Amino acid sequence: MTPDQGSNSRIMKKQPRIRPLKENMAKLHRQFAEEICRYDSPYLKELRDSALSTFMEKGFPSHELEAWRNTSLDEALEREYLFDFDVQQEKADINRIFRCEIHNFETFLFTQLNGWYIYENAPLTELPNGVIAGSLREAMKRHPQLFAEHYGRYADTGKNGLVALNTAFAMDGIFIMVPDNTELEKPIQWVNIVNAGEPMFLQPRHLVILGKNSKLTLVHCDDSIQKENTFINAVTEVFTGEGSTLDFYKLQNKDAGSNLVNSLFIHQEGGSRVQTNTITLNGGLIRNDVHSTIGGSQCETLLNGLYLVDRKQHVDNQVFVDHLKPENTSSQLYKGIVDDEADAVFNGHIHVAKDAQKTEAYQTNRNILLSENARVTTKPFLEIYADDVKCSHGATVGQLDPEALFYLRSRGICERNARMLLMYAFAAEVVGKINIDILRDRIDQMVQKRLKGELSICDQCVLHCKDERDIVFEIDMSKIPS
Amino acid sequence: MLLEIKNLRVSVHGKKIIKGLNLKVNAGEVHAIMGPNGTGKSTLAAVIAGREIFEVNDGEIIYKGKDLFDLSIEERAREGIFLGFQYPVEIPGVSMTNFMKTAIDEIRKYRGLPALSAGDFLKMMEEKKKLVEIQSNLTSRSVNQGFSGGEKKRNEIFQMAMLEPTLAILDETDSGLDIDALKIVANGVNKLRRPDNATIVITHYQRLLDYIVPDFVHVLYEGRIVKSGGKELALELEEKGYDWIKNELDA
Repeated sequence: MTPDQGSNSRIMKKQPRIRPLKENMAKLHRQFAEEICRYDSPYLKELRDSALSTFMEKGFPSHELEAWRNTSLDEALEREYLFDFDVQQEKADINRIFRCEIHNFETFLFTQLNGWYIYENAPLTELPNGVIAGSLREAMKRHPQLFAEHYGRYADTGKNGLVALNTAFAMDGIFIMVPDNTELEKPIQWVNIVNAGEPMFLQPRHLVILGKNSKLTLVHCDDSIQKENTFINAVTEVFTGEGSTLDFYKLQNKDAGSNLVNSLFIHQEGGSRVQTNTITLNGGLIRNDVHSTIGGSQCETLLNGLYLVDRKQHVDNQVFVDHLKPENTSSQLYKGIVDDEADAVFNGHIHVAKDAQKTEAYQTNRNILLSENARVTTKPFLEIYADDVKCSHGATVGQLDPEALFYLRSRGICERNARMLLMYAFAAEVVGKINIDILRDRIDQMVQKRLKGELSICDQCVLHCKDERDIVFEIDMSKIPS
Repeated sequence: MLLEIKNLRVSVHGKKIIKGLNLKVNAGEVHAIMGPNGTGKSTLAAVIAGREIFEVNDGEIIYKGKDLFDLSIEERAREGIFLGFQYPVEIPGVSMTNFMKTAIDEIRKYRGLPALSAGDFLKMMEEKKKLVEIQSNLTSRSVNQGFSGGEKKRNEIFQMAMLEPTLAILDETDSGLDIDALKIVANGVNKLRRPDNATIVITHYQRLLDYIVPDFVHVLYEGRIVKSGGKELALELEEKGYDWIKNELDA
């Protein structure tokens, strides 16, 4: 992403450096309206305008908001960032930038570099089976009807300042549409890379549409190569049509200077099944909002998360499951290990509407605190208006089990490895929910490395580990005949 | 002498439990420690293994010529001490295979032995499983999780077979076992018996000693060994009950 020297002034003008203050954002929006709104249909134009007014009214979230009581963006918002309005819709050699080294992990790879979709062949791939996938910007241009139907329909743009800001500014991201009765033979892997050489403010926007009885596996890697601060305000909207199945794996391995706010909105139609797994291995400030609206019956919603944070890392998971219709099952399992001065927040909110009888909704948040200065704030919140439901919640914050430690050590295992085995076992429950064997094995290894303090920010991607070291627990259970 | 306990006094949270205990164990011997509940049998086992909640107030334990209290929990294990737990701990998520591999790797490293290859290790697992008639799937499960009482105890003896200890202390290994499981466990222990190792069997009942025949029987009562003898002492205790000891002491 080195700007061409010849067109330097043009690029400089399109890449302002500025503090992300409310008034500056309005100014930027006016100044770059041509680039931002180039492919807006009347629907999109209206959506943007109202989103901008919402943002101007609400601004960036502050401590006064219940959902932001334990996470502060103040420090991150004090800096100047580069805003990039210079549309980069050019071909690039993806392999030079990114190479996934999960061996034999066959995926369709989609890459974003500094917020822009980059591609080798075409900005938007339209497969014979009707699947459309690629750049959101290109899809905006080519498929206004799909946008009118889905885009902006699931995110709470009217209530949430950050989502509104993203909606006002959204220029590119990933777009995926899987038609009815279609299953992709390989997972779609989508990688966000930040590598600008200076602090950047990015607002990627993604839209995933699953038709009736379709099936999709998504692997989303949030990664950064650079040391500089970044602020990413990402919004993803997902629609799962009747009877469809979505497995959504998110891996986050960010550097200490990154601020990442990921807002995911899922709208489920009847009989659909959604599983998300959010695995946070490193990060500066990470905020994950998962908002799932269940708008049909016989749906299954499994929201899982694992966070392993240390030093001064901060991770905040906000999960909201909205049971609007009867006979659905949702389950949340979030687990975390928090060390040093790290800080973890979990807010799990289950809402069961009056008509949502026969709802089963479960929530579990378990935490291990490894140091006196580490902090966990966990708040389960059940809001139930129906009377025939099964709901439960449980939150724990504790240390490693001393009985188990003694048992392991009494067999000759040193304290460090005994602790490691227990931490690994604790994490394995979430990792075990990953349905793709090869991805699960790899993440399993990464978790082991992370717990031993050997996983740093990899050169390229969260899944790319050149430096293979001996792993203590080297036996791969899946290879052992039972 | 493999193990020598001299005038051991132990308390927990200020409560005196072991009150001047003496015991000598040589290689090749099997000792049984019997006694009513609450007399310090399990405490003795836990103190030898290195459990930290107990406070040693006096006395010493010499093991293979070393002061045992100088060694950490894991060092004791690497030096060949094995505790068969009365209540084996369930550890969800840690597979038996990873657990044993980690333990054996560390023990071998400590003893200056080359690491076992994964193949040799798995072969060893297979072999030792047979000793206690463990079904093969047990080892791919999490440590003790969901194991029946009998499976847990067999798993203890399986671990003992894997680690080949010099001194094994089996704490109430017979509790909760039906007669078939008891025979399997005892049979495993007997097969592991060698001239260069020793076993201390802690039990409340004589029944186990029909299958693991001890060289010496000691009666532990109120924190001290009050009577020692051969295997016939166990039978006498069975016949006369612990009141016999109490009465004898009171007399």
